[in-house]
Amino acid sequence: MAVVSKNDAANVAEILRSHQNSILEEWLKAMTGATRRSDLMKESELRSQASRFLKLISDATEAAGYDTHAPAWSATKEMLNEISSSRAQQGFTPSETATFVFSLKRPLFDRVRAAYAGDPQALTAALWSTTELVDGLGLYTFEMFIKTREEVIRRQQEDMLELSTPVVKLWDGVLALPLIGTLDSARTQVVMESLLQSIVDTNSKIAIIDITGVPTVDTITAQHLLKTVTAARLMGAECIISGVRPQIAQTIVHLGINLLDVTTKATLADAFLLSLKKMGITFSREKRDDQKTDQK
Amino acid sequence: MEKIPILRMGDYLLVTIQVDMHDRLAMALQDDLTKRISETSAHGVLIDISSLEMVDSFIGRMLSNIAGMSRVLDAETVVVGMQPAVAITLVELGLSLPGIRTALNVDAGMELLRSSMNGI
Repeated sequence: MAVVSKNDAANVAEILRSHQNSILEEWLKAMTGATRRSDLMKESELRSQASRFLKLISDATEAAGYDTHAPAWSATKEMLNEISSSRAQQGFTPSETATFVFSLKRPLFDRVRAAYAGDPQALTAALWSTTELVDGLGLYTFEMFIKTREEVIRRQQEDMLELSTPVVKLWDGVLALPLIGTLDSARTQVVMESLLQSIVDTNSKIAIIDITGVPTVDTITAQHLLKTVTAARLMGAECIISGVRPQIAQTIVHLGINLLDVTTKATLADAFLLSLKKMGITFSREKRDDQKTDQK
Repeated sequence: MEKIPILRMGDYLLVTIQVDMHDRLAMALQDDLTKRISETSAHGVLIDISSLEMVDSFIGRMLSNIAGMSRVLDAETVVVGMQPAVAITLVELGLSLPGIRTALNVDAGMELLRSSMNGI
């Protein structure tokens, strides 16, 4: 069986080499008909990719047969990898990317059929192994495509985690943490850690957690908030929660969450004023004579 | 055997925990501290745990017990310099140490003790 497949492979390699140009033309046509995206990719670029790919598979089949795990296939795989990751980034859909490989089937099969015209038995065997080869390559492309997409998603998640927890210093000894987005356990952990670390680093006595950007507060979110407040208190800093919207105030009371031990304020400005007051800082508006004369 | 030093500073006792606490050390500290408070009739105890990097539920409860005992002996307790990781652990363990006063560092803790003394 292995010998037969080797012969098939040699034949297919021969077919690929001798009919390279006509296969390429038909393949390109098939791709154009199916899912070519002229908005995302130039004709010439696709053509050069396709001819390079044909060259690589004909070399690989000649060297190592249909065993795609063999080292001879690594160049082909590398190219597929490159193609699928670049397409994932360019915004092709998964099926459009996979079609790049699958649309090769028809022109290739036509040639195989012509070559084995007199022997139906051998033709079936050859077609079967060729199908397996193309399918294997297609699946590989698909896998690489998904992998790239997942990479993108993972990076974005990380970015979001980092972006969403800035701790800002409002005054000497007063920190603010504007929270944006829903608070889940993983995010709260990051938020909590960065807030507590900043408290230590800046030696701040008061931390304001602003939840204006938090769309909903449920029991879990409230519990996370309370935990953060308690942890800050244990370290010797005081927490004020600000930006409680009317809707959220209603939810908190309806859910029976006890926020009595925590100072809450409606706006960040109120909380800031309170923290200044606690630190014994007072403000007064300066009387400016020159402004009065200007107005006159 | 290791021992945690208890220093006297005027009306206050200063305890700095520089090593990782284990259970027996915590028990010994509890004994020593209560003894020293009654001997010196101190009115404030300041426990610096800034070098403490690990706590378990036992140590957490011990801190809370020590504070409770000191209060019974008429000494205000302030725990200062708790590390973020320690604070998070205590909260996750459900030990929010109610009744213990806290401060960011020894300076702030001293000020807190002094102001609470003046208030009496």
